[in-house]
Amino acid sequence: MRAILLIASRELGALFRGTLGFVVIAGLLAAQGLVFQGIAMSGGEFRSSEVLEYFFRVSFGFTAAAGVLIAMRSVSLELREDTIVNLYTAPINEWQMVLGKWLAAFAFVLLFIALGGFMPLLIAVNGTINPGHLMSGYLGLVLVGAAAAAVGTFGSTLSKHQVLGGVLGGVIFGLLVVMWWVANKVDPPFSALLAYLAMYQKHFEDFGRGIIQSRSVVYYASIAFVALLGGRVVLGARRWR
Amino acid sequence: MIEVSGLTKYYGAARAVYDLHFNIGEGQIVGFLGLNGAGKSTALKILAGYLLPTSGSVRIDGNDLLAEPEALRARIGYLPERPPLYPEMTVSDYLSYLGRLRGMKRAKVRERLPIVLDRTGLGSRANDAIDTLSLGFQKRVGIAQAIIHDPSLLILDEPISGLDPVQIVEMRELIKSLGGDHTILISSHILSEVEETCDYLLVLNEGELVASGTEEEVLASFTQSLRFEIAILGDFEKAGELLAAHPLVAAIEDGRVRADVGYWTVKLEDDSPAQLAQAIVEAGLGLHRLEPARGQLESAFLSLTGAGGLS
Repeated sequence: MRAILLIASRELGALFRGTLGFVVIAGLLAAQGLVFQGIAMSGGEFRSSEVLEYFFRVSFGFTAAAGVLIAMRSVSLELREDTIVNLYTAPINEWQMVLGKWLAAFAFVLLFIALGGFMPLLIAVNGTINPGHLMSGYLGLVLVGAAAAAVGTFGSTLSKHQVLGGVLGGVIFGLLVVMWWVANKVDPPFSALLAYLAMYQKHFEDFGRGIIQSRSVVYYASIAFVALLGGRVVLGARRWR
Repeated sequence: MIEVSGLTKYYGAARAVYDLHFNIGEGQIVGFLGLNGAGKSTALKILAGYLLPTSGSVRIDGNDLLAEPEALRARIGYLPERPPLYPEMTVSDYLSYLGRLRGMKRAKVRERLPIVLDRTGLGSRANDAIDTLSLGFQKRVGIAQAIIHDPSLLILDEPISGLDPVQIVEMRELIKSLGGDHTILISSHILSEVEETCDYLLVLNEGELVASGTEEEVLASFTQSLRFEIAILGDFEKAGELLAAHPLVAAIEDGRVRADVGYWTVKLEDDSPAQLAQAIVEAGLGLHRLEPARGQLESAFLSLTGAGGLS
């Protein structure tokens, strides 16, 4: 655990000292705010719970993007700069490497989620918010952030070019999102399987409505685990190259 | 301390190192010599626990590096050709991070850090960001990270590449000073560096070990046409005629007079200059000096690697 925290703290330090993390956060927060303003605060008659639901829907995509974009540099930069040797020659295993990288990216995503908190605050100022609804939605966002950071971390293990790593991570995440539409185009039993994999419709919408489904918690944890396992396997395989 | 047996590494179909066998004792400074692409860096990466071999074994103090990689990696310090630095970190933060990553307690790192900074001459730059340092200082940081956890085995891949002459001398002194406490493996294609620093040589060519031993042993394994420098007092022309006629002399490369002493560089047919010395003395000439020519290892190396044309 010590090695994981060490790697995570160095990675977080690099994110805070660098510009990429802040550019991603600032850009996505600005876009998120504009979209939220355009959809939910445009002057129509909405109940507070509906506006909050809009907020969580909007936040799903931006949180996912933040997770992938922040994590995409984590391993690929070390591969490009050959600093990965510091990790490979240390008395640690690939799980510790990948978990440390993911943890740092996840912590930065949590910062992004927290900074977006002014939007629910605006709803609370202008209306009434159910704390349970708020907690449920934020739990969903945290889970999306964790899964996206894991997928981004996996993508970054695949290439030393961080943009390529980000694109790979984004494509994987995007496929999980569009799985719902794919499920509607195929016949059973594949449709059921693909529908289960659908990240947004099947597993996020309930969080946004204030409902916590344990199967969705398991789903996001599974996505994160599988992505991190993939990252561990890729890092292990690189020792053979 | 290190026993390497049958070490082989392929990158896809390309062979990087093949069937290496050698042993290295404790406290030795060992030079890996070879042209670019000879397999030096690959061999060192495997010994550092960075890469896995295709086949073969590496044992350090009797423990198998492949079976117990994590435990053994804590006892190895490795400096790749390009130091693995995080430019945004300060020198002390970077060294502390790597010390702790290699299993040191925080208090131990605090105790060890000033020693390492002092030893590598980085004391005055401890709080500087790494990206503000010159290449020479960055190499020193690279050495410092390799020794921060006080490893018993230190692996340095081309430690002087890219350094200016002053930095090379400083780095050479630094490496020599580390020799007492660590077993050191150094790779280089700069022959003078290996001659200066190492007490045991491993010569690689196209991934295979073509010679090993002390400098003298490597030379002894290549005894044809050895070059010697001879200084002869007396008649310069007579000395020249004697050398040209002597059956042991394969070729005279150079001859000049300075302050009544004739200086000659000759190639001998075999490694027995005593006969030549006797002939010079018997001819009534004064033998001032007779010694292997500088750069002799270079000749041996070029022949061993079949790269004579490159010189």
